Amino acid sequence: MSVAHSDEPLIEVEDLRTYFHSEAGIAKAVDGISFAVRRKKTLGVVGESGCGKSVTARSIMRLIRPPGKIESGSIRYRRGEETLELAGLDPKGRTLREIRGAEIAMIFQEPMTSLNPVFTIGEQITEVIRLHLGAGRGEARRRAIDMLNAVAIPSPHQRIDDYPHQLSGGMRQRAMIAMALSCHPSLLIADEPTTALDVTIQAQVIRLMRDLQREFEAAIIFITHDLGVVAGIADEVMVMYLGEIVERAPVRDLFRDPKHPYTQGLMTSIPSLNGARKQRLPVIEGNVPSPFDLPRGCRFHPRCAHASELCRERAPLLLEAAPEHHVACHLQDPELA
Amino acid sequence: MVPAGLLLVTFLFGLFHFIPGDPALLLAGDNASAEVVEGIRRAYGFDQPLPVQYWTYMKKVLQGDLGVSNFSREPVTALILPRIFNTAQLAFWSMGFAMVVSLILGCCSAMFWNTWIDKLITGIALLGICTPVFVSGLFGIFLFSVKLGLLPTGGLDSWRSFVLPVVTLGAFQAAVLTRMVRASMVEALGQDYIETARAKGLAETAVVFKHALRNAMLPIVTLFGLGFGATLGGSVVTETIFTWPGLGRTMVESILSRDLPVTQGALLLFAFMFIGINLVVDLLYAAIDPRIRFDAP
Repeated sequence: MSVAHSDEPLIEVEDLRTYFHSEAGIAKAVDGISFAVRRKKTLGVVGESGCGKSVTARSIMRLIRPPGKIESGSIRYRRGEETLELAGLDPKGRTLREIRGAEIAMIFQEPMTSLNPVFTIGEQITEVIRLHLGAGRGEARRRAIDMLNAVAIPSPHQRIDDYPHQLSGGMRQRAMIAMALSCHPSLLIADEPTTALDVTIQAQVIRLMRDLQREFEAAIIFITHDLGVVAGIADEVMVMYLGEIVERAPVRDLFRDPKHPYTQGLMTSIPSLNGARKQRLPVIEGNVPSPFDLPRGCRFHPRCAHASELCRERAPLLLEAAPEHHVACHLQDPELA
Repeated sequence: MVPAGLLLVTFLFGLFHFIPGDPALLLAGDNASAEVVEGIRRAYGFDQPLPVQYWTYMKKVLQGDLGVSNFSREPVTALILPRIFNTAQLAFWSMGFAMVVSLILGCCSAMFWNTWIDKLITGIALLGICTPVFVSGLFGIFLFSVKLGLLPTGGLDSWRSFVLPVVTLGAFQAAVLTRMVRASMVEALGQDYIETARAKGLAETAVVFKHALRNAMLPIVTLFGLGFGATLGGSVVTETIFTWPGLGRTMVESILSRDLPVTQGALLLFAFMFIGINLVVDLLYAAIDPRIRFDAP
């Protein structure tokens, strides 16, 4: 049974569109994306600020609040033998509340502000354990200490009664991870969990997440703007630009052979240790256009060096350019190239 | 708190010495002879140098002796202590009423931010702030006491005497507090940890009343303390309207009859109640926010 299961995607997003309505117009934060994540696998989501990474995460959690709204698409979540359509559930309803925190958990970017300053980390971790596992006070506390131990917080018996402001950034993020994993979720969504941390702590936290993933057999959606981080943790990577997926591939393929000009641009703008010293880092020209006023045709064409008339006119589809390697670019379309 | 108290007593002492008029002359009356006035001056120690008078006054205050009323010859403490109780009771119930009402309305407003519910509540609160207590109080007396005969116009006999003053005073403070609760809650609900709480699978009521409200309480408690002080200070007006036997009315009466020891005593007690409230507010800060508790030297 478990063999059949592990092949089936745990979560399958299809043609998801999440828009924000405001007086300035409609911002298409996520505009027709599809992907799937299997058990024990990690999907890396990469892109600049405003590309729709976080909105994707919050759409799965159904944490999008007005004026944001899931316009269409489906989010199928495999729960044991049944498949739930998360996009169709009441965001304040019972089923979703049972899933959130217990089966799908989330880690946020800012450990400084994502923990409630007026409660101890113990109170915040036991709260979720008691809520979902129905554990008593003592049992929940034991479990919370175990979790703090699992995320390698030293002397968890004392730290459990600390308030967030008494911990360092790295420790807070560990506490967040402990909280997110305390009910052994099958899917963990990590929204830039290492961005606010310094580099050595980043590496520790990533190693920790990988170890815990193996231990708890969870799937991870790992959101970041840092390609280096994604190389270290993801099995598959999807690159987003202005609410769309421009490229999706297994991590090795993506790094060995980035096909989309945007992905190529991201790769070359990483400083290299053996590059010439005085050489300036290449940059992707221009700025991200406003989501209220999206370019016609391919959304990347105003910043693309290879843009042709076709790119200005018609939006490319996400097609399989190599086995499992999908890219949305006219240059990669054999019929057009 | 102790330095503040000492400073206060000193200030009051100074204040009463620099108001124009000779206290001995006042006590003796307009028709008294020069010898009588001189006798009174000596008996009360008004002839002593200022530092000596200050020292005597300070000693007496510290021993709980606030002097004797110029008219009834009763000790000031005996005169005003029961009055304080009435004033405090009125302030307590009004502020309790204000707290409950403002928390409910303010949280509702924040939860339904920018909807018609929010706009209605904010509108009512604005109206409440714009209506002074002497207007709403007199209107209340006119409607419920004079026209409908449901409640007494004033005095303090039974629980029914409480209704009008408590609601009038409380409604005004509730209006002020509602706006603060709303603003504070809207801010708290926009914080990252609220999203964390929602992502944990908590019900919206737990998110609002546990995670947001506790964080929103700090500015609310500050304003609540100020409101409590204002209610005490405002008792001068309220107690006059509702003929409430409290400290505020005693003070007004003592001023009108130039009964200086009573005025002085009443003022001193008002001031000490303010200091007391501030102390309670500070202690509440620490209870609410661990960052204040632990950062203290």
